[in-house]
Amino acid sequence: METFSYHHKVPQRASGSKPMAIVGVVASGNLEVLVERVLPDTDCELDIKTAAEGFGAVWKQVVADFVELRSPGGLKLSVNDGGARPDTVALRLAQAVRLIEEADP
Amino acid sequence: MSLAPVAKRDADEQRKAVSWYEASARERVRLLLDVRSFREFIGPEKREISPHLHIFNLPEQFDDGMIVGRGLLDGQKVFIAAQEGRFMGGAFGEVHGAKLTGLLRAVRDAPSIPLVILFDTGGVRLQEANAGELAIAEIVRALIEARTAGAKVVGLIGGRAGCYGGGGLIAGCCSALAVSEQGRISVSGPEVIETNRGVEEFDSKDRALVWRTMGGKHRRLIGGADMFVDDTIESFRVAAIHLIRCSSGFDTDVLESEQLRLTQRLQQFGLCTDAIQIWRAAGIKDAEAVPGMATGDFIALANKIREPRYDAR
Repeated sequence: METFSYHHKVPQRASGSKPMAIVGVVASGNLEVLVERVLPDTDCELDIKTAAEGFGAVWKQVVADFVELRSPGGLKLSVNDGGARPDTVALRLAQAVRLIEEADP
Repeated sequence: MSLAPVAKRDADEQRKAVSWYEASARERVRLLLDVRSFREFIGPEKREISPHLHIFNLPEQFDDGMIVGRGLLDGQKVFIAAQEGRFMGGAFGEVHGAKLTGLLRAVRDAPSIPLVILFDTGGVRLQEANAGELAIAEIVRALIEARTAGAKVVGLIGGRAGCYGGGGLIAGCCSALAVSEQGRISVSGPEVIETNRGVEEFDSKDRALVWRTMGGKHRRLIGGADMFVDDTIESFRVAAIHLIRCSSGFDTDVLESEQLRLTQRLQQFGLCTDAIQIWRAAGIKDAEAVPGMATGDFIALANKIREPRYDAR
């Protein structure tokens, strides 16, 4: 197992008011993303635990792209990864933010 | 709580369209229950993860593959538990099991509220085998205590991992079971039997053999499962509502009735060596046609051969 932590400053807070959302499952080639609204509006953190070792550079790039595209201010994302490909990771991160931004009636 | 009619209509449509087999445990729970009624106990944000998997350098899941909580089913309060079959094959570990044990104790203490268990498991997690086996024993005890207190416990089986090992034992203790074609119920799985007894005893590569021996249709025909359903969330929802209403309580009469049922089954089918022989002995003329039968035709046939009975178990 390998772990990575990233902290980014972002221009905008994620919309919506849900405190928490979760997507995905931990399986081969898949991952789960738990997203929690627990940080100041200008901050975003990602904690990643992955079964596939030696891909730090790829994670850094995928996370940077995600943060730039979504500006997920206020969110802490915790990832348990079962060795997903970068495109699957990008998709799950986007899904997680979309889910926490959805209206919660 | 007043719900937008749109949300209810959307849920109705999704329930009919979404495959139980393909859905995740969270999706099954969300759609099985009434719209937005699910409240989770010890949710993923609590991070109650397995204390064993990291020793084996294996990834953890925040809910340890077991979702427990409460909600409404057709307006009625229910407790609910669901296994995620894609995480570690839905297998029981220490935390995964403890969450179900705890829920069953809540059911025992509030027995007027039924429990629905969405099984999807290969059995005990090998990496935490002792804790997992203990968990199975604790769950069986807690389940029997809940049923003794008067609670109904209904199992739904139609996931990709089936319901094997200790999961098969727990399912056998439920008040009633509903199963789909894709659902399989057994204790030892095909590979385990082949490994221990040889390929002549059981060829795990022979998918037709696996399905006709452990699959939903066979379990329905021999009385192991009470209802056979289509692979949609809607079908399982209708079955759960029906079984909560109709399944038996738990007393000496029920146990004696179950013993009688099993004795008669052994007398009737004890010498058969294949499921097709059993179906023929049960009075199905074209037994070979059973595996290919459409759901509606099969349910009609099964009801003709063996009326669902709720006095046993």
